[in-house]
Amino acid sequence: MNAWLAQHRAALGAALRRLWATPLNTLLSLLVIAIALTLPAFGYVLLDNLRDMGGDPSGTQQMSLFLEVDASRKDVAEIESRLRQAASGKWRFVSKEEALKRLKSSEDMAEIVDSLPRNPLPDAFVVELTRTEPEALEVLRKEISGWPKVAHVQLDSAWIKRLDAFLKLARLALWMLAGIFGAGLVAVTFNTIRLQVMAQAAEIELARIIGATDAFIRRPFYYFGALQGGLGGLVAAGLVFGGMALLAAPVADLAALYGTQYALRAPGMGEVIALAGIGALLGWLGAQLSVSLSLRKFD
Amino acid sequence: MIVASQLSKRYTGGYEALKDVSFEISAGAMVFITGHSGAGKTTLIKLMASIERPSSGSLVVNGQNLSALRRRALPYVRRHLGLIFQDQKLLFDRSALDNVMLPLQIAGLPRREAVRRAQAALDKVGLLAREKAMPIALSGGEQQRLAIARAVVNRPAVLIADEPTGNLDEASAAEIMNLFADFNRVGVTVVIATHDRHWVETSQPQVLQLDHGSLL
Repeated sequence: MNAWLAQHRAALGAALRRLWATPLNTLLSLLVIAIALTLPAFGYVLLDNLRDMGGDPSGTQQMSLFLEVDASRKDVAEIESRLRQAASGKWRFVSKEEALKRLKSSEDMAEIVDSLPRNPLPDAFVVELTRTEPEALEVLRKEISGWPKVAHVQLDSAWIKRLDAFLKLARLALWMLAGIFGAGLVAVTFNTIRLQVMAQAAEIELARIIGATDAFIRRPFYYFGALQGGLGGLVAAGLVFGGMALLAAPVADLAALYGTQYALRAPGMGEVIALAGIGALLGWLGAQLSVSLSLRKFD
Repeated sequence: MIVASQLSKRYTGGYEALKDVSFEISAGAMVFITGHSGAGKTTLIKLMASIERPSSGSLVVNGQNLSALRRRALPYVRRHLGLIFQDQKLLFDRSALDNVMLPLQIAGLPRREAVRRAQAALDKVGLLAREKAMPIALSGGEQQRLAIARAVVNRPAVLIADEPTGNLDEASAAEIMNLFADFNRVGVTVVIATHDRHWVETSQPQVLQLDHGSLL
């Protein structure tokens, strides 16, 4: 166990020394890896923010349920009992009188409302749904539309659907981008490690004939690949934070134009660690492929 | 310690470097393998060092039958052998001490213990004062002594050397041979391949003479 630990520490030390020994190469490799990781990571953060914007702040969706104008109290009670069974969430009954009163209270409308011979507004329910998936909401809307004395069910979800479709597309594009850049990261590591194996051919050959196991020879390269990838991930996180900082002011201005406030949500600690982890994993993979291929000639 | 029976080595292309060689080297012996260039000395050394595998026949070193060994077991067998090469195979990117420490690092020794043993090995070959020197700064004889320190630092039961005095002047060669004799005196089995008859005549050891791949 001690020997095992000591060997891993030695391999890690060797990997760090190799990174440190060629600062310019290391810097360039880190930059390439960081850029490869930054693009998908930045896209992920932006999508995440867009999704935040799409969802209601309280996480609920509203559905308006208008009854026929001639619906009686009994019909209203019937709808209410059906709602109790069908919908998860809260609802509020808005009587035609209440609706008219509300309409009157808005300045420009009062005169118009007064000129009407009778109340043209129907009774209505405003339902706050806890479920937000467009598909589920659509099913619910169809079901409620079929109830007696229900004139119209309005789900303000058309734009949510569009946003959702866009987000889906963007997410797919992001995955493809991430796949391509991930492969790039693996390739960069592959090449770095290949050059290292060539540079250390003498040491590897000697180590083998005096009793080094394959694991002993491979280990420093694995550490090197993982370290390089992980550090590249951290640099990428830095670039993402930098980009967010640059975007913060314009986004606030844009939000102000729409009369709202919005601050971009920066990636958290967990996401930074995940980014470094993904970088390390891909680096390790590149090292693994490279070492397996490069060491064949020593057999 | 080393038993070969009907040992043959044929390289791809059909060249037969060793033909049907049988011999026995007992523990604690000092053995010279001699012969002209191309007689098969280096091939025999490589087989004993488990760097290459026999084409046929069996070779038992230190109780291990090398021809039947699985690939995964090879590193552990190699650790019990001390190897000295014609070209020394020193690593020029690190100090003398670090060169000697390599086998101990491979074996997984803690650093402090490894430094202590590497220094002892350097002391044994008279290079302790040069422990921080880079190999390039050492003379030919010193480089070969450094290679010997690296070979013995693991305290192997067998030392196998291929032309260890090949590129050395007579005085340095004598130093090297005296070192081998010292290790042999404390019980280490020493096998040396050399074309230099001089040493064979002065020390009168067991001699395996090869000629065109066959034992004379």
